[in-house]
Parts: sequence; C-alpha cells; structure tokens
Amino acid sequence: MKLKHTVLLGAAIAGLLGSAVASADEQFIGLPSYRVGPYASGGSGLFGGWIDYMQLVNERDGGVNGVKLTWEECETEYNNARGVECYERLKKKGSTGNSVFQPVSTGITYSVLDKVAQDKIPMVTIGYGRTDAADGRVFPWVFPMITTYWSQASAIVNYMGQKEGGMDKLKGKKIGLLYHDSAYGKESHAIMDKLAAKHGFEVIKIAVAHPGNEQQSQWLQIRQAKPDYVVLWGWGVMNPTAIKAAAKTGFPREKLIGVWWSGAEEDTIPAGPAAKGFVAAGFNVAGANYPVVADIKKHVYGKNKGNMEDKARVGSVYYNRGVVHGIITVEAIRKAQEKYGKGKALTGEQMRWGFENLNLDDARLKALGATGFMPPLKITCADHEGPGKVKFQQWDGSQWKVITDWVESDRPLVRGMIEESAAAYAKEKGIKPRDCSKES
Amino acid sequence: MFYREAGQFKASYAEDARIFPIRQDRIGFWVLMLVLGVAVPLFSNEYWLKAILIPVLIFSLAALGLNILTGYAGQLSLGSAAFMAVGAFAAYNFMLRIDGMPFLLALVLAGLTSAGVGILFGLPSLRIKGFYLAVATLAAQFFIVWALVKFPWFSNNSSSGVVTAQAVTILGYTFESPEAKYVLTFLIVAFMALLAKNMVRSSTGRAWMAVRDMDVAAQVIGFRLMRTKLLAFAVSSFYCGVAGALYAYTYIGTVEPEGFNLDLSFKILFMIIIGGVGSIMGSFLGAAFIVLLPILLDNVVPALFGDALGAGFVSNFQLIIFGGLIIFFLIVEPHGLARLWQIAKEKLRLWPFPH
Repeated sequence: MKLKHTVLLGAAIAGLLGSAVASADEQFIGLPSYRVGPYASGGSGLFGGWIDYMQLVNERDGGVNGVKLTWEECETEYNNARGVECYERLKKKGSTGNSVFQPVSTGITYSVLDKVAQDKIPMVTIGYGRTDAADGRVFPWVFPMITTYWSQASAIVNYMGQKEGGMDKLKGKKIGLLYHDSAYGKESHAIMDKLAAKHGFEVIKIAVAHPGNEQQSQWLQIRQAKPDYVVLWGWGVMNPTAIKAAAKTGFPREKLIGVWWSGAEEDTIPAGPAAKGFVAAGFNVAGANYPVVADIKKHVYGKNKGNMEDKARVGSVYYNRGVVHGIITVEAIRKAQEKYGKGKALTGEQMRWGFENLNLDDARLKALGATGFMPPLKITCADHEGPGKVKFQQWDGSQWKVITDWVESDRPLVRGMIEESAAAYAKEKGIKPRDCSKES
Repeated sequence: MFYREAGQFKASYAEDARIFPIRQDRIGFWVLMLVLGVAVPLFSNEYWLKAILIPVLIFSLAALGLNILTGYAGQLSLGSAAFMAVGAFAAYNFMLRIDGMPFLLALVLAGLTSAGVGILFGLPSLRIKGFYLAVATLAAQFFIVWALVKFPWFSNNSSSGVVTAQAVTILGYTFESPEAKYVLTFLIVAFMALLAKNMVRSSTGRAWMAVRDMDVAAQVIGFRLMRTKLLAFAVSSFYCGVAGALYAYTYIGTVEPEGFNLDLSFKILFMIIIGGVGSIMGSFLGAAFIVLLPILLDNVVPALFGDALGAGFVSNFQLIIFGGLIIFFLIVEPHGLARLWQIAKEKLRLWPFPH
C-alpha cells in the first residue's frame, strides 16, 4: 500500500511539475476591466473586443510564436481604489507576472503611475491618461499611445480648418468648448487656448457638471454666443444629452464635433434621430468589414468562444477600440520576443522594450487586416505617443461613416507643450530624464 | 469558561476607568496590536499590505471621523469624502509650499485645515437637523470638489487637477516600502483611535451624546449647543482630513478631486451603519466589511460561476450579493457589527453553562 501511495504521490508531483513547465510558455495579461458602474457600456465593449482579439491569436495562430496568451479580469468599477487593488492582485500572476497594465481609466492611471516604474510593468494608456507621459525620457514606463488629448484637440481644430478651406479661415471664428467639468474635461483648456492664439479664433468654454443630464443653461449660452463649431468634450450620459439639446436649440449637428469618448454608438443611439449628422473624432473606426474583425467572427464567434453577450456590438466603436488594444499588446509581445527569444514568456521589463520599439507600418497593418482601422504607429524612446492622428466619423442615423482620412495634429506645438509639462514634472519629482541616444 | 471576570476587582479609580475593564479583553487587545503592528508587517506580502490592509486602516479612520459626528453627536453628514479631499490637498500644499515641512506636522495642519472647513459647513447644524442637515453637508461635498477643480492653485497648476504626493520622510527615514507605509499608517490610526475612545468617554463625548439624544434637554442642563456641535464638526473633519492625507501619502500616491466624490461619502456612511453607529470599534468593523467584501466576492464569484455566466453578469452578480448581504446584516442586527460582537461577548461569558 505504501509503495502505491508513493508512486501516486510521485506521479502527482511529476504532473504538477509538468504543468508548471507547460505554463512557462504562457504570456499573462491582467485586465482591469469594468463591467458594472456608470461606464459599464464602454467597458464591456472595449474589454470584450480586447479579449476576443487575444482569443483570435490563440485560436488562429496558436498564440504568439507558440506562446499562448492567458488573461484574467479584475473588476475595477472604474474606481481608483479598486483599480489599485486590481493592479496589486494581478501583478504577480502568471509565470512572469503581469506583463502590461492598461487600466482604461485616467484616474487609475494616475493612481498607479509611480507604482509601475517601481514594479517594472509597462503601462499603456491608449487615448486617455496623463498627456505629458508621451515624453518617454521622463516617463519610461508609460505609453499614452496613438494619440493624446492634446493631439486630439489640435486634430479637431485642423479638421475645422479643412472644412473651412484653410487654417487661415479660422481667424475670427468662434469655437464653443462644451466640456465635462472634471480633470478630464479641463485637459482641453491649455491646448485650446494655445491654438486659439495661434489661429486667431475665439474659444468659449462652457462647463457641464457631472453627470451632465441637464444642459439647458449651457445651450442657452451657446445660442446667444452663436459659435461656428462646438467641440463636445463629454463623457457618459452627457453626450446624448448634448446632442439632443443641440437639436432642440437648432444647432447644426454637422458642426458639433465630439471627442473619442463622445463618439460611440452608446452616445448616439440614445439621442435618437437628433444624432444624425453628428461628427466625432476617433483613433479607431467603427465597422465590422475589416479583415481583422471578420477573422474574429470566423475563428472566435464561429467556435462560440466570443466574449460579447450581444454579438451585434462586434464592430462597434468601443469594441473596435478593444481590438486596437489587443493588436498593440500582441504586436509588442511579438516585437519583444524578437529580441528576448521567440516562444518565451516575457517579463514586464522585456515587454517595455517591445512597446518602445513598436513599429506598425502600413505593411504590418495590412498583414494584420487592420488597414485604415487604426493609424500606423511608431514608438521611440523619446516619443511614446506615436502618430497623434484621428479619423472623423459621422453618424448617419444608424451607423458611423468615416468621412476623412487620418487627420494630423499640430505636432510641433503639442510636442512642445508635452516636453514643457514633462520637464516640470521631472523637476518636481527630481527625475533625471533618460538620454535616448544611449538606449538600444 | 475562560471569558469571565470573576475574581477581578477594581481597587482604584484608574482601574475603574480603564478602556478594557476585563483582563481577557486587555490580553486579547494587546495580542491583536502585536499581530497587527509587528507580525503583519513582518510576514504579510506586498499585496495584502498595499491593497487591503492600508486602505482598511485609512477608511476606518474616515469612518471613525464620521462616527464621532453622526454616531456620537447625532449630526448627519454626507460630506466626509470632501473633508478627506481637503486633508489630502492641504497636506500636499503644505509639503509643497513650505520648505522642510515635516510630514507629521503637515498631517496635523491638514487635519486642522479640514477642521476649519468642517466648522464652516457645520454652522447650519445650529439651525437645522436630521435630513435637512444632511442636505446642507451635501453642499460641502459638491462645493469642495468643485473648488479643488476650479482653482488650479490647489493642484499647483496641474493641467488635469491631479496631484502627486511627495515622499514621506520622518527624521531622515523615507517611508517607501509597503511595510514602512503600513506601520506608519497603523501607528497614526491606532493613536487617533485611542484619542477618540478617550474623547467619547470624557466630558466632551458625554456632551455630544447629550446633544444627540435631545438637544433641548442638553441645553437646559447647561451644555452650550453651538460649542458642542461645532466641536463635533471640527473633530470629525480633523479625522477625515487626516484620513484623506494618509489616503494620498501612504495609499494611492496621486489624487484627483473626483476621487473624493459623493460615492465615497456614501461608502463611509455605509461603513458606520454596517459597523455600528456610535461605536469606535464599529468604525473598524464597518470599514473592513465594506472594503474587503467586494474584493472577496471578486475573487470567489468568478472562480465559482465565471464559466457558467458571462463576465458581465458575474460583475453584476457580485453587486447583487454585496447588496443582499448588507440588507441581511441590517435585518439580523440593526445596530451593526459592533453590537453583534457585544452580544457574542455576553454569550461567551455564560458559555458553556448558560443556566
């Protein structure tokens, strides 16, 4: 009997060891998701798309060079304290620990900003978070990729210039800025003031208190001031309310331009027919007719492994934004594996190198089936932002239609502001910026 | 059998006035303090310290502050989170603007600033009571958060209104590791809890309770209402302010005004309702309950039902269980967890021979 026990025990231990060896080629990605609370509609779409893309890589390609992706969700409720708890909980999971943290919440981004540098885990904040972190010399561990709030504001002004037939035509125009009265909304002020001074237009800043389901006085103000355009820097329920109020006031929806957190199906559908003609910026576009989304439908939903409960949302703005998160994460893993060994699980430090040397050019995007889906992206040691381009989409009453190519931002102006702000931060915190010529 | 005070006599006034009159309680208390103060930082891991224990301590302190105001002095308040925000931003500005500011002094000054603001918003309590006062303190909640976003001076002109806490250095030692931060938080919270316990046992606390039970009667027997009520607001805000400063300096590290929103105020109110209104211990039990239970559910529920139900449903299901448990505890014991503990102790004294 004893011998039998020993053999069994031995087999059990061998089994455990075996599984431990097998799990060594798994790359763990912690997902601080939010599927309840005020922003659940965005969170469920975004994290659903992200998970589906990783599932696609596992199902179609068998992982990244054979390394399977694993993930675990942790509910943050979009709450900073819960986000910090999730960060700490996910940190040590997986064979190499959590390799990247993407909170999809500006508040949580700030809360873990110092921690990621200590724990050596890169933090990727696509389209939110701390703008001046785009200066990679001061913030080596933070990647506000594709575009920041400041680039977006500048791109929106450039779009208005295009519409008017030249940037010089903006002189003397009035631009209303209807913003969410919070840190997020105020992020627009400095850049809009600079742009107004540069192009000679006037900015009328109008605050909307959270949550923003009452905007009568604000739109009265807009009606009196008669701005040529209104930028909607909104969030959650504030967006459909603003669109409806614009319709009521008779403000043309074509001149109401939303930021990317104002331009999803969740913002326009509740506004009903009033939303027809509304324009919004986005660093990703809506639509299911891109090869990458078609592949997800075929390989993931075809095998009934999809994450979305409502399959009709596949291809929506938030869903596609999640796919962009997935693409960037997976491509960084691929890049880092080129340096640190193909088929190996990476640590956070190695992943950081992958993000910093990420280069998604047109050819790569074509191979991924994402041409036009997101802008080409090149990250360097100094520039953690990348292209800073957005596309503009218009709501036709039932879906988003892309109406422009990628619109550039005023790079020198934005970059100057970023470097100035980052330098001030470095001085306050006593950080010595990296010398990028010495990085490999 | 073991928990029985037979044979323990109080021979002096000092012995009579002890916080824990029963020897077993004293031993239990000191064992708990040793475990929390020594064993936990030695043996606990980073996750527990950073993500669980430090926030529980800090929220306990905030709940304690609200409990002084609501539980002892009977003034309902919905502005606790705003007073935490005052504390956090005051500590930041004191550290930023005065060279060589010692951290502990900044903490006290932050508490005093918060107390000052608390007195200001406590003034309506002289005229209005109950739910109407709650609405007046609601104004504090919205006004303070608005003011912190509105005036960039408070956040040192940060473009997004977010401030980053400076390093905590006391006598040349920098509190960086989670263990050090935990010990610092623990000592401050323990000291302030002791202070609160003694305050509510002294004439100050008795005055508060007299006002709580019937303010007209309290006035008739000679308590000055204005002083008593405003003192309760000041002390309560002081505690919330220190909790806010600790929240910024030993817990999150960076704070934004929106972090201290009405939701947090409600959370602190729930802590004292669940833990026990008018009980120092209840503040700790309630904070532990409200902070830990959602985390426990988030660990357990997806593991049990994650595959069967969708991820979205699991998240909502946790909230349903959480809400259900709160209602369950309130039905079982409307006076909170502290009262449950008291009942357990009374039962224990008779155990195992109840007759």
